[in-house]
Amino acid sequence: MSQMQPVGNLATLEQATQLGLRPEEFEKIKEILGRTPTFTEMSIYSVMWSEHCSYKNSIVWLKTLPKEGEKMLAKAGEENAGLIDIGDGLACCFKIESHNHPSAIEPYQGAATGVGGINRDIFSMGARPIAQMNSLRFGNIENERTKWLVKGVVKGIGNYGNAFGIPTVGGEVYFDDCYQINPLVNAMSVGIAKVGKTVSAIAEGVGNPVYIYGSATGKDGIHGAAFASKDITEDSAKDLPSVQVGDPFWEKLILEATMELLETTDAVVGMQDMGAAGITCSTSEMSAKSGTGMKVWLDKVPMRQAGMKDWEVLLSESQERMLVVVHKGKEAEVEKIFKKWDLTYAVIGEVTDTGRVQYFMDGELRADIPGESLVLGGGAPVYHREYKEPRYFEEINKFDLNQIADIDLAAAPAVAKALMAHPNIASKRWVYNQYDSMVGTVNQTTNAPSDAAVVKVKGSNRSIAMTVDCNSRFVYADPFKGAMIAVAEAARNLVCSGAEPAGVTNCLNFGNPYNPEVYYQFVYAIKGMGEACKKFDTPVTGGNVSFYNQSSDDNAVFPTPTIGMVGLLPKGSKHMTLNFKQAGDVIVMLGQTQNDLGCSHYLAHYLKVAQSPAPWFDLDQEYNMQQAVLKLIGAGLIQSAHDVSEGGLLTCLLESAFVDNFGFDIQQTAGSRLDAFLFGEAQGRVVVSINPAKLADVESLLNRLNLSFEKLGTVSANGIKVNGVDFGSTANYSQIYNNSLASQLN
Amino acid sequence: MKVGVIVFPGSNCDEDAVAAFRDQFGCETVKLWHKDNDLQACDLIFLPGGFSYGDYLRSGAIARFSPIMQNVIDFAAKGGLVWGVCNGFQILCESQLLPGALLHNDHQKFNCKNVFIKANTTESLITSNLTVNTALQIPIAHGEGRYYCDEANLLKLKSNNQILFTYCDANGNETDGSNPNGSLQNIAGICNEKRNVFGMMPHPERAVDTELYNTDGRGLFQSLLASFELV
Repeated sequence: MSQMQPVGNLATLEQATQLGLRPEEFEKIKEILGRTPTFTEMSIYSVMWSEHCSYKNSIVWLKTLPKEGEKMLAKAGEENAGLIDIGDGLACCFKIESHNHPSAIEPYQGAATGVGGINRDIFSMGARPIAQMNSLRFGNIENERTKWLVKGVVKGIGNYGNAFGIPTVGGEVYFDDCYQINPLVNAMSVGIAKVGKTVSAIAEGVGNPVYIYGSATGKDGIHGAAFASKDITEDSAKDLPSVQVGDPFWEKLILEATMELLETTDAVVGMQDMGAAGITCSTSEMSAKSGTGMKVWLDKVPMRQAGMKDWEVLLSESQERMLVVVHKGKEAEVEKIFKKWDLTYAVIGEVTDTGRVQYFMDGELRADIPGESLVLGGGAPVYHREYKEPRYFEEINKFDLNQIADIDLAAAPAVAKALMAHPNIASKRWVYNQYDSMVGTVNQTTNAPSDAAVVKVKGSNRSIAMTVDCNSRFVYADPFKGAMIAVAEAARNLVCSGAEPAGVTNCLNFGNPYNPEVYYQFVYAIKGMGEACKKFDTPVTGGNVSFYNQSSDDNAVFPTPTIGMVGLLPKGSKHMTLNFKQAGDVIVMLGQTQNDLGCSHYLAHYLKVAQSPAPWFDLDQEYNMQQAVLKLIGAGLIQSAHDVSEGGLLTCLLESAFVDNFGFDIQQTAGSRLDAFLFGEAQGRVVVSINPAKLADVESLLNRLNLSFEKLGTVSANGIKVNGVDFGSTANYSQIYNNSLASQLN
Repeated sequence: MKVGVIVFPGSNCDEDAVAAFRDQFGCETVKLWHKDNDLQACDLIFLPGGFSYGDYLRSGAIARFSPIMQNVIDFAAKGGLVWGVCNGFQILCESQLLPGALLHNDHQKFNCKNVFIKANTTESLITSNLTVNTALQIPIAHGEGRYYCDEANLLKLKSNNQILFTYCDANGNETDGSNPNGSLQNIAGICNEKRNVFGMMPHPERAVDTELYNTDGRGLFQSLLASFELV
């Protein structure tokens, strides 16, 4: 080796293990460098080889997910976010990411910086974010700490997203005891770019200057990436400085400056935002991707405080910072824009052809590492973890529906009211009213609610629909089937809104991958997800893996592979809504009633049966049923469409009735159990309402498609009737539905 | 009518305002950068919603010191038309172009939803074509929207007929339940004594596009354009 020896203390194995590296990884670093790393170099490896940056325990399986598709403009993992062609020369750029561990410790900043990070992923590709969503999971709502977490997370998402000025158009909120210690906070952003005008995270052109711009660098968030890859313990509160602090005002200025840089100059070679592992990650990934190298002078980085050490500058996860490589000679153009937006900026390095990232401070070389050895797909470790079938499956397999007594009609209204009050089913108004859902004037679901959020793409005649979904209890009961259902439900929500599913981003929240039972959940969830994504022709464009979602002394959270899915409503297509439109309309359920209560809210939360199998699901039936929904919408034959999900059929009907205060009168399907008919959560079902004049056309279309369906009854002016029995007025239920969350959280 | 929409750092409803004036009502519309001392001969200056200067210190408190605000103050003094929505209303109050202040919502939370407001008078450019006491569904999105002023100013607002909009229910009744933020006497929007400066918390520019299925805000723009042509 001809390289100079960097200045600094040599790292010890003890330090390495403290920072989360395994002994064999420390040996591998020595082998790569041909010497013992300095403390600074070892710190760099510890963050770059953390699960968060390297995907070392997941990449083997992630590679099995379908990535090909007609509309794909970038392959998964190739760019910061997925990119699909939506026509008219426009591309949709979208991604979901977790911020679970920071939010567990400091909910407000943890959630806020999650929103900031995911939006930077979108605009650092040259796409302007147009809508955001999120998926949140908490423990028992009656617990005081849970209430504190919910309030903090919601306020964090709201204050950041509202000031940043991108509408939050949808999402999901679940409560389950399994998330008591470790809540999940997954944030998704969707942006629009011009095809061919996107920018990559590359560092090409020897001698080109490297700029940092945005906020100054402080000591916050150091080792955040490594922190996210450890179990949460009682001591985690002591890790508080690992959580970053967000400022949406800066993010807004960076967004506008970045868009101006890309739209009004041709100065940019490549850019990447600074998320996990800060300057280290952006400089090494960008140069490794281009097969170049980079020299970085750390003392040129604008700093928030004096006396920062080299490794602190390298690992700081201070928010709202960007790295951009620009063409030499274009510095003046670029700096003019930074000045216009009053941003802090500096040239901190230049592109080299050495293949190494070299960091200097005070005129000394402090770290000198082959860039490629740090990154995913390069020298970062890749592990095949062992897995074995979880023991709790035995308990689940013991479940016997015949041991559960069916309910009678007189008891059903009380169950329905309890379900309306359950925080997983009740209106999430208390949450989403704290988000600006209308800024940008693109949200089409504010005044026309549908199963997925629909936003218009300004400057085109089309809209995109988006949703986030995962019923993690299903995944816990059967990881393969549960993950298929998550994909199917996302597609179903899009289809019920009139959109064709186009692509997926996933956020894979699991426990400790070194636990073979947890890893089994992961492996089978990926397999199921892959199967379903192939069926729905929705390639996985990217996403994020979050392991270690558990406490050291409790079990893992339910395996939660959240699916973010985007769909297209082409020119002239109909945005379908979920609300009943007119008394007298016929209510038809596509799909079939099943005598199945598996994992239903009724079973798990009302009867408190914790272990039961995942509900009925058939991938082919689901696909055919969804195609039929699209055909019915396309032919203008239905008035509303709403899928049967949490809470079962009765919840579905009530939600369609609430919007304009209608009622319904239905008859139980012959041969079904009443509890399963009303409250079962078997999949593959969508409720549509039909003007009676069009019923014959609907029936003949469904018969032609050979699709099972059941005529349930009719929409009424008010009040709920089942088998002729009066269940009371619609308002009795809507009042509970609308106020439950507020009454528990205010 | 030539419209100038001011862009402060942190403004985020500027594009929505431009889209409303230009795309929905065909007005020549330009963006005015807060550092420039130039109103570009606009007939109406619009201060959009957002979080100017990150709402640091207090909503609108720093934006009033932006270079362009001196031009806006001079323009208003000469009778020029100025309209502020949400953060724009907050800035106009901070600049003392309008009386009173916008405090934190009484429930202390940011709140975004459709609400009902009604015009209390047709004697203003932005209400001239509206029907008094008829509820309009207009979105709000703010954390600091509780209108407050002292007794003397309230008396003046009333005696001069400066209260343009109040929060109400779907039937036009000013109830406590329809007041989304604790505003004094349900006040949602006002004008100055000379009736050339308008401020309101609800966002009419979010309710003009048929593709978003709510066009209750169009009446304000139509009022403005119709009465401007008459002037």
